[in-house]
This record gives sequence, C-alpha cells and structure tokens, in this order.
Amino acid sequence: MTDSATTPGTDVMIRLDRVRKCYPGQAVDAVAELSLDIRAGEIVVLLGPSGCGKTTTMRLINRLIEPSSGRIFLDGKDVTAVNPDLLRRRIGYVIQQVGLFPHMTIGDNVGLIPRTLGWDKARTKARVDTLLDLVGLEPARYRDRFPKQLSGGQQQRVGVARALAADPPVMLMDEPFGAIDPVTRERLQDEFLKLQAQIGKTIVIVTHDVAEAVKLGDRIAIFAEGARLAQYDTPERILSEPADEFVSSFLGTGTAVRRLGLRRVGDLRFEPLDGTRPIDDRCVVRADQSVHDALDVMLRTGSEIVTVTDGTGEPIGLLPFTTVLDHHPTDGDDPSRPRERSGH
Amino acid sequence: MATTVLASRGSREQPSGRDNVPGRSALRTTAGLLFTPILLSAVCLALFAYLGSRDLDDIERRSINAEVIGRSLVEHLRLVALSTVIVVVIAVPLGILLTRPGPRRLAPVFLALANIGQAVPSVGLLVLLAVTAGIGFSQAVVALVVYSLLPVLRNTMIGLQRVDRTLIDAGRGMGLTRTAVLFRVELPLAIPVMLAGIRVALIINVGTATLAVFTNAGGLGTLIETGIVLNRITILLTGSILAAVLALAVDWLAGLAERLLRPRGL
Ligand SMILES: Nc1ncnc2c1ncn2[C@@H]1O[C@H](COP(=O)(O)OP(=O)(O)OP(=O)(O)O)[C@@H](O)[C@H]1O
Ligand SMILES: [Mg+2]
Repeated sequence: MTDSATTPGTDVMIRLDRVRKCYPGQAVDAVAELSLDIRAGEIVVLLGPSGCGKTTTMRLINRLIEPSSGRIFLDGKDVTAVNPDLLRRRIGYVIQQVGLFPHMTIGDNVGLIPRTLGWDKARTKARVDTLLDLVGLEPARYRDRFPKQLSGGQQQRVGVARALAADPPVMLMDEPFGAIDPVTRERLQDEFLKLQAQIGKTIVIVTHDVAEAVKLGDRIAIFAEGARLAQYDTPERILSEPADEFVSSFLGTGTAVRRLGLRRVGDLRFEPLDGTRPIDDRCVVRADQSVHDALDVMLRTGSEIVTVTDGTGEPIGLLPFTTVLDHHPTDGDDPSRPRERSGH
Repeated sequence: MATTVLASRGSREQPSGRDNVPGRSALRTTAGLLFTPILLSAVCLALFAYLGSRDLDDIERRSINAEVIGRSLVEHLRLVALSTVIVVVIAVPLGILLTRPGPRRLAPVFLALANIGQAVPSVGLLVLLAVTAGIGFSQAVVALVVYSLLPVLRNTMIGLQRVDRTLIDAGRGMGLTRTAVLFRVELPLAIPVMLAGIRVALIINVGTATLAVFTNAGGLGTLIETGIVLNRITILLTGSILAAVLALAVDWLAGLAERLLRPRGL
C-alpha cells in the first residue's frame, strides 16, 4: 500500500476507519477492517471480483448498512451516529440495479428528493430540466415519460440525474454503466468524465471491469475477498507496479496495452511535419486521443507513422511507432517519467 | 450546468415503440367494459317482463313491489358497504404492519387466524354469532368482516412483499425515510394487488350478505327466504336474480375502480 492511502490529508472527504461488516449469520466478514481515505473531488474506483464486498463498502459509506465496528467520517465529521436519512441526502447513490420508480414519471423520479427537501414546484422543475439536460436527455421529451418507456441506457442516465438532484458533494455509483453495450458504454464514460470536470464531485464508483477502472479512476482501490485492500493507487502505478500476486492476476494480461490508454498523444514528443509526406486521411489521430488509439490506427492501416492533428483537424506533427515504443515505460520504470530515447 | 454532457445521440438507445398505442386493444377493452352492464340490464328487463306477464297473487305482491325490493336492496348494499369498509380499515393497516421488519414474525399467526375465519362455513358463522351475540345488523356485519378479512389482508401483504427490494433500497439510499418509502413507493406499487383483494372481499360480501337474513339483518336474502318459506317461485327467483345481478354489477364497478386507481407507468 502506498502512503497516499494512509496519510491523512486536510481535504479527505470520506474516511473509513477500520470499518468491519459481518452480515448476521455469516461466518466470514463481508468487509474486514477496511481503512480507506477518499479525497475531495477525486474519482475513486472500487475494483474487485464479484462478491468481494464492493457494494457492501458503498452501502457502509451511506449507512444503508450499519457497520459491525469501525467509524466513518464525511468531510472530517464522524457520521457513524448521525441520522442516516439526513446523511444520505448529502450522498447521491446510484444503485447497481438503477432502481427508477416505475409509477413515477422521469421528472418525478428526479425531483423526488428536492420535493422532499421542501423545494417548491417551479424550483424543482427547473432543477429537473437542468439535470436531464446534463445527462443528455431532452427535458421536454423525456420529463413526462415513465421509466419503462426508456431504454436501459437512458434509465441509467436518469439514475445518475436523480442521484445528483440535491447537488450532493459525494456520489456513490454502483456499476453505473453496467447494463450497456460496449460502444455506448465507452461514450457514456467519456461524457461522464466531462461531466465530472464540470461538477467536481467526490465520486466512488464500483466496477469489476479493469478497463473502466483505469479509464475513470483518479485512484483505484483493488479489493480482494472480504474487501481486503490489496492496492490503492493511481491507475498508472497499479498497472506498472501491482502490489502482489492477487493484483497482477486480477489485472490479467495486457496491462502494458491498458497503460497506452492512459497517455494522450499530445503528451508525447512528436516530430515536426515534413512536407514530403502526403497526409493519408486514414492515418490521423487527434492530439487529445490516447496513445492506445494511435497504436490502433497504426495497426489497422499498417502504417508506422501517423499524422497528429489538433482539435480543428489541422495537422500539427507526426508520430512514429518508435516514439510510442520509447515513451512506454517497461515494467519497473518510474511511470511518471517516460524513458528517453537511447542508442540512436 | 446546462451544457449537454452524457448526451445520447445514438439511435441504439431509442425505446422501441413502447409509447401507449391506442388501437385494437383499447377498442377491445371498451367493448369488454360495456358488455357486463348491457347483459345485466337485459337480465333485469327480462325479469321485469317475466313478472309483468304473470298474474301475481296477494302473497307475491306483498314481496314483489318497489318498496320491498328497494328496501332489501338498500339493506343489502349497506351490509356490503359497511363490512367492506371495516375490512379495509382493519386489514390494510394490519397488512402493512405485518410486512414491517419487527412484526413480520407474527404474520403467519394472523394469516392462520384469517384463514380460519374464511374456512368456517358462512352460514355456520352467522348462526354461531346469532346464538352467542344475538341477532341484528351489527352481528351480520361482524360475520361478513370475519369472513372477508383474509383476501384483503393476504393481498395487502403479498402486494407489499412483491415490491422490488431494489426500489426500496433506492428510496432509502436517496434519503427517504421509512414512512416516505412506504407511502411514495411501496403502497403505490402494491395497489393493484391490494385492489384485487378488496374486489374479492366485495364479491364475498355481496354473496354472503344474502345469508344475513338469518340474523334478521335483511337484504336480498329476505326475498329468497320468503320465496322458500311461502313456496313462491317468483319471489325466490326475483331475490336470487337480483342478488346475482348485484354481485356482477359490484364486480364490474370494482374492476373499473381497479383500472382507474392503478398507478400509471406500471
Ligand atoms: N444482505 C446480505 N446478507 C448476507 N450476506 C450478504 C448480503 N449482501 C452481501 N452478502 C455477502 O457479502 C459478500 C460481499 O457482497 P457484495 O454485494 O458487497 O459484493 P460485490 O463486491 O458488490 O459483488 P458484485 O460485483 O457481484 O456486485 C458476498 O459474499 C455476499 O454473498
Ligand atoms: Mg455489487
């Protein structure tokens, strides 16, 4: 475990202090003595195999499950004994199964907590429309529909909007993109990251998908059986320096390739354009795409070099395969510093 | 905040024709809805025509007249209405209570009791009450309540138990109190099943109330009994047909109410 996981910071938003949960009648703890700090404004991904206690950990944070022992702090205050209903209104929760109320319209689902908090109709409606807009559902079109009239993916967005309704500083999201096909899922992840850049919440996301964890997490907490914290670190470091056998076997093969997804083309030193080479419009990547995408283009087109463009599509440089190779840290390298080219 | 993020532009996510489509099914239900009242009116007209075609003797005329029939009908409806209201007032809160975490353990006991109430033959129950508590309107109401408690109690409990646990979780997880979850989520979702139970109780009560004549509480059973005792088939026929028509009419109205009160979106 690295120091970032244990050193208390002033900006710790959620702190679990030796929290333990044993379900009644169960021989083993579902969560055994878990200590975890989550900083304000960061996305922490809980990653681990099925049944390792991810959902239980989430529900301990908002006290949907009472801990058997240990303490939970929210924003520096011990919340182990406060009124759980009031606590939960400060913590948005997207449950694993979405859980929209089928007898309420989308608008009523999203506006339920604001109404409960005593907001008037007009203010609630404005909030609902803002949130539906935010998650990409045109309010006029979707507000008065019922959940069953929405696709699974749309329902998941409404679930996210509903959790955001009272503007809680903390969000708990249990596999929010679980029931979605890979393509839509990837797009939702991108949009989710953009959304987070705007709203800057403290977010805990559960997944058992390594790729999703690497993409979304500022830090990843890898859980083993009983919510044992196997490693808690940045995606880069987890991929390059797995703490133990369990972590590396859980990450599986392909960690080097996954790390390509963490670095953007614009972060590499690419070569200046030389006018001699005509731009093949298939061999082009944008600077804000990942190195993984660049490599994908190379493999698909069979070209050793791709043209890098800026956001407007204007070419700004060339990226040869060797640069990708040289920038990629091999196992044991310090991932924060790309290896310099040598021997050329 | 109004910027569109998490935008859905993919056609993949469009729901596939799940908006309400008025069409054949709506026509069919309208026709189905009208069928019962038309049939019942026809039966009543036929009965009226039959009685008109007969030369009624004095005894028959003393029972088959607007005043007596009207009074029996009102008595009958009062018995049914009062007992059903009492059943709902008892069984719904009891059903809610018996599905809450603590008292839930007592549920089998109450279900067994209600089961006994329904299993005892209704005539037996009425006579038993008449013998022990005397005869009269309230004794008849008590018997009806005991007799029709079970379906409402059981359906209230089943309706509440069937509510998807994850919805209760979602409600609690977003900060609704237990009471709020009960009233905003559980009860609305349980309503269709609860209404079905109340409908069954109503039907039981309309039928059983014909036996209330044995505790001297009146109702359409009076006509039936008179018909049997005085050996007048017309009176017997009038009483039984009216009781049957009433039962079907009440069932039809209850069905209508069920349809109207069912939460939208389910
Ligand atoms: N209500 C409960 N009663 C008893 N045991 C439970 C209960 N809920 C979960 N468990 C057990 O606790 C352990 C952790 O469950 P949890 O739901 O937290 O897993 P998870 O990591 O979220 O798994 P998944 O990825 O499948 O959602 C499991 O072994 C599970 O069987
Ligand atoms: Mg889970």
